[in-house]
Amino acid sequence: MPVIQLQEIHRDFQVGDQVVHALDDVNLKIEAGDYLSIMGPSGSGKSTLLNLIGLLDRATSGHYILNGQDVTALSDTEQAITRNRTIGFVFQAFHLVPRLTAAENVELPLMLAGMPVDERRSRVAKSLAALHLSDRAEHKPDQLSGGQRQRVAIARATVTEPAVLLADEPTGNLDRKSGLDVVGILEALNDRGITLIVVTHDAGLGQRARRQLHMLDGRIRRERQGG
Amino acid sequence: MRLIGPDVLRFSWGALVGYPSRALLMLLAMSIGVASVVMLTALGEGARNYVRGEFATLGTNLLTVIPGRSETGGFNPSTLMGETPRDLTLDDAQALLRSYSVRRVAPLNIGSAEVSRKGRVRDTVILGATHDMLAVRRWHIMQGKFLPQIRWDRAMPVVVVGNKVREELFGAEPALGRWLRIGDRRFRVIGIMGSVGRSIGVDVEETVYIPVASAQQLFNTSSLFRILVEARSRNAIASAEKYIIKTLQARHQGVKDVTVITQDAVLLTFDKILGALTYSVGGIAAISLMVAGILIMNVMLVAVSQRTAEIGLLKALGADHRQILAIFVGEALLLSSLGAVSGLIIGELGSLALRQAFPVLPAYAPLWAVVAAMGVALGTGVLFSLLPARRAAALDPVAALSGR
Repeated sequence: MPVIQLQEIHRDFQVGDQVVHALDDVNLKIEAGDYLSIMGPSGSGKSTLLNLIGLLDRATSGHYILNGQDVTALSDTEQAITRNRTIGFVFQAFHLVPRLTAAENVELPLMLAGMPVDERRSRVAKSLAALHLSDRAEHKPDQLSGGQRQRVAIARATVTEPAVLLADEPTGNLDRKSGLDVVGILEALNDRGITLIVVTHDAGLGQRARRQLHMLDGRIRRERQGG
Repeated sequence: MRLIGPDVLRFSWGALVGYPSRALLMLLAMSIGVASVVMLTALGEGARNYVRGEFATLGTNLLTVIPGRSETGGFNPSTLMGETPRDLTLDDAQALLRSYSVRRVAPLNIGSAEVSRKGRVRDTVILGATHDMLAVRRWHIMQGKFLPQIRWDRAMPVVVVGNKVREELFGAEPALGRWLRIGDRRFRVIGIMGSVGRSIGVDVEETVYIPVASAQQLFNTSSLFRILVEARSRNAIASAEKYIIKTLQARHQGVKDVTVITQDAVLLTFDKILGALTYSVGGIAAISLMVAGILIMNVMLVAVSQRTAEIGLLKALGADHRQILAIFVGEALLLSSLGAVSGLIIGELGSLALRQAFPVLPAYAPLWAVVAAMGVALGTGVLFSLLPARRAAALDPVAALSGR
């Protein structure tokens, strides 16, 4: 059974008196453990598609089935709970809370889930250790390098052990070496079974995925197998 | 249950510490509001207790008999006949002594006259009184003795002088046993008043006291200004009042033409006025708490716009509407609590300073004011945080993540 199933998804935006079709009849099946990249020029709809898969946005029409459940009509609160349990995000701009330490940033999704303090501390420690960040646990983001920040963001995205990891330009703000490190980490996570979806402009990064989607004008124009 | 209370507080605390100038500004506004309420109500309550204390020194068992009836009435034959109320006389006063409820009676006459000695002259308040006046008004003699225990209708050329009058007329010379003139009559000084300051209505130090009959001769009158009556106990006040009215009515051909004011009634009136004053100043000060609340709202609105990306992130990580609300309201609650507690400390220190500066004023904030100030502070903090919190919770996560 696919982990993600999009059926006839449309997403329209009203811009002034014009309607922009950001996603136009998108159909997509993603199996558990897939490694997918979404590529395309700016305005092609790839970020909209990622936001929709991440339950940060709602389709204008169509159905979204996540883990066998139609999540299209879930309430905002139900979607938030599903997001917390099932999906992890890695952003280009890291989005770490500057006043919190690395450990506290990683702890955030567990805190929002209401997990007991002892349990989440041990999970945070494990998650940071897996990304070789144990010695940076008490550092604030401004005391970390770009690569380290993105590793903290990955630790935060995976600490809830989500089924799906969404990465939006994960290497966009990193130098080449750090970027490769981060890609290596994401792929290692995929090797361990997590479904990985990467949105990127970077053809080199996109072509590493096993499935490569090319979008244009809100439609999936082409799909290639690679990796 | 998702996102537990201690986590909300911890997260909110982090946000406050992360933006110290903003937090301090709100804290300051809230603490000034609470401190104002505490200090102003302490001042009002202090004034109230001060007045109560002053009345207590006069004796709360005191009744004052005034000629004339002060009440709103319908038809009154005396008004029709053009009669004025009957004067109070020494015989009236004497008649009041017959009740068991009455301990002491002090008839009183008052006027102003020129007091002179060896070319030193001053206009002075002259109080015609009797021996019992000293005990009724709880005054003290500094030197010599008070007016002698004689028949009230007997005029005697003796005088007791207030300390200031003594200073002005006698300077460093001894005054006891010396003679002075009041108007064109001579009086021998037999005592000097020792009470310091003002006893309500009379400046003890600037008054001279002569026997009531002497005062009547001096002012060429047979009437009295007042009769002060001391009831035997607090419980006897009502029966003494009844007796006074009944006796004087009988003596005045059945006309009720006197007014009896009990000290309790006067005290109650003052108490009400000053109580209302305390509530008023407390209320005015509470407005500053509302202003602080509005400041909290404004600053938090700015905070929401500054932390848009953070709110977007929290939503991406699974925070729902209620959790975002809880985080922002928690922040306001934390700020209000800290502001209220620091305001209470500042207010209590201010009240202490007031008590140190004016020891006669027992400036303690009443408990209701403290509780109300804390309650209003927390209430306004939460209330005014709702708008920014709701705005934060309603942010679109995608737009918020991009800082829009």
